Amino acid sequence: MSTLAHVFEAGGIATVTIGLVREQIVSTAPPRGLWCDFPLGQSLGRPGDAAFQHRVLEHAFSLLKAEAPVFEEFAEPVRDDGTTVMSCTLPPRYDPDVHPAVDEARGLRPAYDRALERFGNRIGPGRAIDADTVVTAVEAFARVAEGTPWEEAGIPGVPGEPGIVSRVSLDVRGYYEMAALALSDHAPESWAGVRWFLNETETGKVLREVRAKMRDSGAEWIDWFFVTPADASDDEVADEHPRGPTEA
Amino acid sequence: MAGDKEAKARWADIEAPVFNETAFTAPPPLNEATVAVVTTAALHHRDQESFLPFSADYQVLDGSRRDYVMGHWSPSIDMTGFAYDMNTVLPLDRLDELAADGTVGAVSSHHLAYHGVQQDLSALRLDSGPAGAKRLKDSGVDVVLLTPI
Repeated sequence: MSTLAHVFEAGGIATVTIGLVREQIVSTAPPRGLWCDFPLGQSLGRPGDAAFQHRVLEHAFSLLKAEAPVFEEFAEPVRDDGTTVMSCTLPPRYDPDVHPAVDEARGLRPAYDRALERFGNRIGPGRAIDADTVVTAVEAFARVAEGTPWEEAGIPGVPGEPGIVSRVSLDVRGYYEMAALALSDHAPESWAGVRWFLNETETGKVLREVRAKMRDSGAEWIDWFFVTPADASDDEVADEHPRGPTEA
Repeated sequence: MAGDKEAKARWADIEAPVFNETAFTAPPPLNEATVAVVTTAALHHRDQESFLPFSADYQVLDGSRRDYVMGHWSPSIDMTGFAYDMNTVLPLDRLDELAADGTVGAVSSHHLAYHGVQQDLSALRLDSGPAGAKRLKDSGVDVVLLTPI
């Protein structure tokens, strides 16, 4: 983000840069930088809180009055406490003859549809698969978790371009997180939906297992790394590759 | 356990570019300025091509629409806030309110999105970055608010 600030200023446009990773915005030093201690993915702070977002914008635009490069910090942090999990009631088992993740994915469809109607599809299926294919994808991921080689499990789009498994997994996660918004019916706390998906749902547990199995089987980095968020066990591999947003 | 603290810790030590000189453009008064948003959240419209993982290109976002999609590749980001309220990344409703009360001169009809995951920043610095700046400059934009993912 800060790199683009330098580029745009050189192109004759004044910029105000919001930065979320303090080390990076300090290092790259955009002409007018505002460090906001907010979670990644929430550049303006609290979703659904227009007054808070206006306070952020007021501070950011106040930097335009500076006559030389300036860096300030926004005074109201919004932090992930590391433990909050979205409170969602999962549908009860319906078909005991199918994998619990598959049963769960089917059961969440009405909630997904309600979220789609209310919010639109900003994070859900559409990268590699549509909502009607989510259950098929979950069935395939469950086979991988149970030992089928990922190339033979019937994951939609496989074989395909590098990283296709990650795109499918993000579509599945987006389907679940949208359903969670409908089930919880309030603005989500930072990372509460992610932790709910990864730790509380059957499909989240399946995807964690899929990632581990793909990594251990020697799959290409691009195919397994983005399946779920990185953790400490990835450090050696991650040091060789981009791990997330650089200061573009 | 997945969380924002862990994600930021992993990214904090990524080598960031250092600029020996800081370009600095004086803006007009905010109440006379046209403002655009440029984000690295890899947003796009559903009918546009999504971003490849290390794409340096940008997408043009139509400010009259609200069907923005998160095309970012990293799973180490909580996207539910954006799903609930797009303004947490792309604050166009807030900017419209500031334009309506006269705080901001005008909101640009178009905005830009880049992908925050990059292997090499040279294309952004020398090609797609300057191209995006020229596009906005030519359309009358005076001030850009840069928002990360």
